[in-house]
Amino acid sequence: MTLSGWGRYPRIDAKQSAPRNFEALRAQVLQGNAIARGNGRAYGDSAVSAQNTIHMKHFNRMLAFDTERGQLVAEAGVLLADIIDAFLPRGWFPSITPGTKFVTLGGMIAADVHGKNHHKDGSFANCVNWIELLTSAGRIERCSATENTELFEWTLGGMGLTGIVLRAAIQLRPVSSAWIEQRTLVAENISHAIELFEQSHDATYSVAWIDCLQQGKSMGRSLVMLGEHAEAAAVPSQYRKTPLQISLKRKLSIPAEFPSWVLNSLSVRAFNALYYWNGQRNRGQQLVDWDSYFYPLDAIQGWNKIYGRRGFAQFQCVLPLQQADEGLRALLSAIASAGAGSFLAVLKRFGAQDSRFSFPMEGYTLALDFPVNRNTLALMEHLDSITVQHGGRFYLAKDSRMSRDMFQQSEPRAQDYSSYRNSEAASAAFGSAQSERLGL
Amino acid sequence: MSKGTVLILGARSDIAMAAAHRFATGGYDIQLAARKADSLTTDKSDIELRYQVTVTLHEFDALDIASHNAFVEQLPALPEIAVCAVGYMGEQSENERDVQAASLVMRSNYEGPASILAVLANRFDERGSGCLVGISSVAGERGRATNYVYGSAKAGFTAFLSGLRNRLAKRGVHVITVLPGFVTTKMTEGMDLPAKLTAQPAKVANTVFNAVQKKQNIVYVKPIWQLIMMIIRNIPERVFKELRL
Repeated sequence: MTLSGWGRYPRIDAKQSAPRNFEALRAQVLQGNAIARGNGRAYGDSAVSAQNTIHMKHFNRMLAFDTERGQLVAEAGVLLADIIDAFLPRGWFPSITPGTKFVTLGGMIAADVHGKNHHKDGSFANCVNWIELLTSAGRIERCSATENTELFEWTLGGMGLTGIVLRAAIQLRPVSSAWIEQRTLVAENISHAIELFEQSHDATYSVAWIDCLQQGKSMGRSLVMLGEHAEAAAVPSQYRKTPLQISLKRKLSIPAEFPSWVLNSLSVRAFNALYYWNGQRNRGQQLVDWDSYFYPLDAIQGWNKIYGRRGFAQFQCVLPLQQADEGLRALLSAIASAGAGSFLAVLKRFGAQDSRFSFPMEGYTLALDFPVNRNTLALMEHLDSITVQHGGRFYLAKDSRMSRDMFQQSEPRAQDYSSYRNSEAASAAFGSAQSERLGL
Repeated sequence: MSKGTVLILGARSDIAMAAAHRFATGGYDIQLAARKADSLTTDKSDIELRYQVTVTLHEFDALDIASHNAFVEQLPALPEIAVCAVGYMGEQSENERDVQAASLVMRSNYEGPASILAVLANRFDERGSGCLVGISSVAGERGRATNYVYGSAKAGFTAFLSGLRNRLAKRGVHVITVLPGFVTTKMTEGMDLPAKLTAQPAKVANTVFNAVQKKQNIVYVKPIWQLIMMIIRNIPERVFKELRL
């Protein structure tokens, strides 16, 4: 049966299984070339193995919660959405969250995901207390910052290629409300946006949305959005009695694939103009509920279908601090002149990070979506080379199309990772379509 | 604050587990009853953590009907609601050749479920309140060559539920017959099911939960099945016997 990631590109004929207990899972892993798949939210082929894709949906139970410290122990297939549903009403929120809540614990570990607070709190690794992994030998190994450290470090950000995450303990953060105080700043261009980020290191959350269709002086025109967890006293009066709860919203859903002409330069331009206008109108302070603040796209079920039958690809790179301004200019000007406007272009300042194979480094990360076609594929290759020229690298959880050559140029750490995997006999045991494509 | 207690019979099935989650979401305490009940400890911790309700585990063998009285006796509390999701499909071809295999399917889908619900019905009747839910099947609506052993047992169970409902209607005890069509479960794993006719266990659980709240009598999980079964029931026998369904 064919399988793809959230971007619906590429589609790969894959042998799949969904074991229901540990013994069945172990037997499946011993077949080799295994990759674990959670909720399929990696954009490309990270969680697809033509020979042996293992769905982890039956390993989705919460095991223990320490109400004093806020530590949750859960199986790898538990959804972040379920963690929030269960623990936000008790005053706990994920310490680190990506832009969708429909990801699994195992997936967040494998991709070492980041959120809008990376500049302050780092990546997901920083809230993982320990992991239990099923390794190539078919054994369960517990690893943490103090136990089996090498395995722990490679597993975080290792894209599932060191073993299958079975269980993990993560640290939640105490909050006193379900609301975020959001402050929106308007940046006239990319340098201004960077300036605003550099002045906002104290903000808990920060992110910018960029209108990529602007050229010249207003290239990089953007809305920089800062956020803080609101105190219980600050929530809207009608919710003050239950500050940790918000009423459920109606979900929009995309019923079918949009024809590909729906997304063209004109409609994207109109969308961007509207978004910018709306942001300007709402500049200054606003109270936003957690769901709308962290997961705006989750409100539109199946939004990946708006890109039509051929699917879409996301480009996400990070550029080191010193070269960020220049590199971002080069990227934005390439995008604007290709006229391939992206619905969502997101810019984020990363803090310092020292890790074996995780994506973040101190600098700026830019993420954009493109519908898949010949022009955008060529554009993305061009963006790849601009990134490499400026010392940047790529987020594998988003990648679906990079060439092996480009990846190897961007990633001097790949060699060490491969030798580590060889030494642990993990190379034959675990593999994905992506690791095969990139020569990992 | 607990809304009451729900007993889930045959708790290791996917539909049963989904029902446990659904009732726990609604604030009910849960009694999970199944064979090898201690294999459900992680499910117990999961449900307790997610919904902050109390879950207890109880050893229960639907086929051991002699034990059913004692089983109900030793429950920590007589539940307000009982959901019976016990069932076993078997292989039709094997059921045709092997009477032992056929008998197991019949006992699992009719004798066992009817026996435990009969015991519970009498307790609920004495108390003057309660709700019994039987997960039967559209397969019991008319016997077909491809699964009539399973279908006949479900037909018996459906008739039993109907009679029980009739008997208890004026006694404050409500009985619900649930007729799922295809459901994505362990039982149907590997079968090629048409997506439009197939429900997820969570959908079945939701139907059960709503039927209890609204005191419905007979519920189809997907409305399309009501239409399909109406057609199937109305095909004249001389035509029906020639069909391959």
